[in-house]
Amino acid sequence: MLGGIIETFQRPTYPGLVWTHVQLSVLATVLGVLISVPVALAVRNTPLGAAVAVNIGNLGRAIPSLALLALVFPFLGFGFTAPLIALTALAIPPILINASTGLREVRKEVVDAARGMGLSEGQILTRVQLPIAAPVIFAGVRTSAVQVVASATLATFIGGGALGDLIVEGFSRGDNAILLAGALSVAALAILTEVIFAVLERTFTPKGLKIAQQRRSG
Amino acid sequence: MPTVALQSLQPEFFDWEWLRENFLEEVWPAVIGHLYLSFVSVGIALVISLPLGVLVSRFRRLYTPVLFVTGFLFTIPSLALFAILVTVPGIGIGPTAAIIGLVSYSLLVLIRNVVTGIDSVAPETIDAARGMGLTNSQILLRVELPLALPVIVAGIRIATVTVIGIAVIGGFISAGGLGQLIFDGIDRNFPTLVLTGALMATVLAISADVALLVLERYMRPWARRARGAN
Repeated sequence: MLGGIIETFQRPTYPGLVWTHVQLSVLATVLGVLISVPVALAVRNTPLGAAVAVNIGNLGRAIPSLALLALVFPFLGFGFTAPLIALTALAIPPILINASTGLREVRKEVVDAARGMGLSEGQILTRVQLPIAAPVIFAGVRTSAVQVVASATLATFIGGGALGDLIVEGFSRGDNAILLAGALSVAALAILTEVIFAVLERTFTPKGLKIAQQRRSG
Repeated sequence: MPTVALQSLQPEFFDWEWLRENFLEEVWPAVIGHLYLSFVSVGIALVISLPLGVLVSRFRRLYTPVLFVTGFLFTIPSLALFAILVTVPGIGIGPTAAIIGLVSYSLLVLIRNVVTGIDSVAPETIDAARGMGLTNSQILLRVELPLALPVIVAGIRIATVTVIGIAVIGGFISAGGLGQLIFDGIDRNFPTLVLTGALMATVLAISADVALLVLERYMRPWARRARGAN
């Protein structure tokens, strides 16, 4: 069994599968950020808009990932684009929810103080609101990224050609070694994403907030 | 070797005729199967999580390792976990492997919410209960758990919606449910089946979300009253 797994890892096609998986995941997450964050910024000062954004996000989170892939596919067919669009749609809700709530949770007093110090609206956004909301937004990106890496496995069903290919091949040929090679690769990739984001999260927390957190816990 | 299918879409993209004729024989059993998979899994997960959550709330040192293990399980992509479970001797393809996987995905959320719910009970409330002469187990059953219930129900809601979504992937390992329609549709080159399965799964997940949210609100009468007073 172990030999078969290693054999699968040594296939010349294996790096390509990993690369497609990573490409799909990174692109979908980046697109998710590029769509969600501007929307959250646009609605940050209107309670109704923010509520609508959060509710759409919550509704979107309920949609099963395989259903999303199955829904885009009859319109876009096989290939890279269909899973990319489905995975992007999957990445949007957590980032949208966290960005909207994160920006709204910045205390009014803090914004007022910044305004009193003579900061312009743009400066308040970039120097006060965004840095304070950054950890929350980042937590949303992390949730999305891990979910996208997991769901990119399903791209195989619509010809996406990621690591799910190995699982499907092993399954249909009744070859557990190939199947496990695929499953272990995907699991490792998902856990690696978690770890990378845990490390990045520390870098994304502004120094001032870290000091405040330490004071609170200490 | 992905299943190559549906390359040529039939002129009739969505076959309403088929759906009308086969809804009762093909679609409805899949809906019932999906609900069965989801509720059995969340039910089993709840039976594990409630005592474990109570235990963890009493022995704090257990919390970090329990969160680590359940968090690790939660991170493993579902198709990978299902595939691994199928290779385990004695499990094989079918609903059993799917239910084991779905239970393992529910544990993190449920245990975390049981602990958070018990933590949210004010120490004064427990002191008052003790002052009234309640024993420890009476305090747990009559004070702490009832007060923690809204938070636990919130956990059940998240777990249920998650499980309904992941159960779709169970179709790949012949677990039944709506995923079966999607995979059959791909195999049979029949988009109507794929779309029906996907749409029904979406409707099911969103309905469960809304229904349990209503239940959650209903269980916090004090929150409603507070809002009404304003």
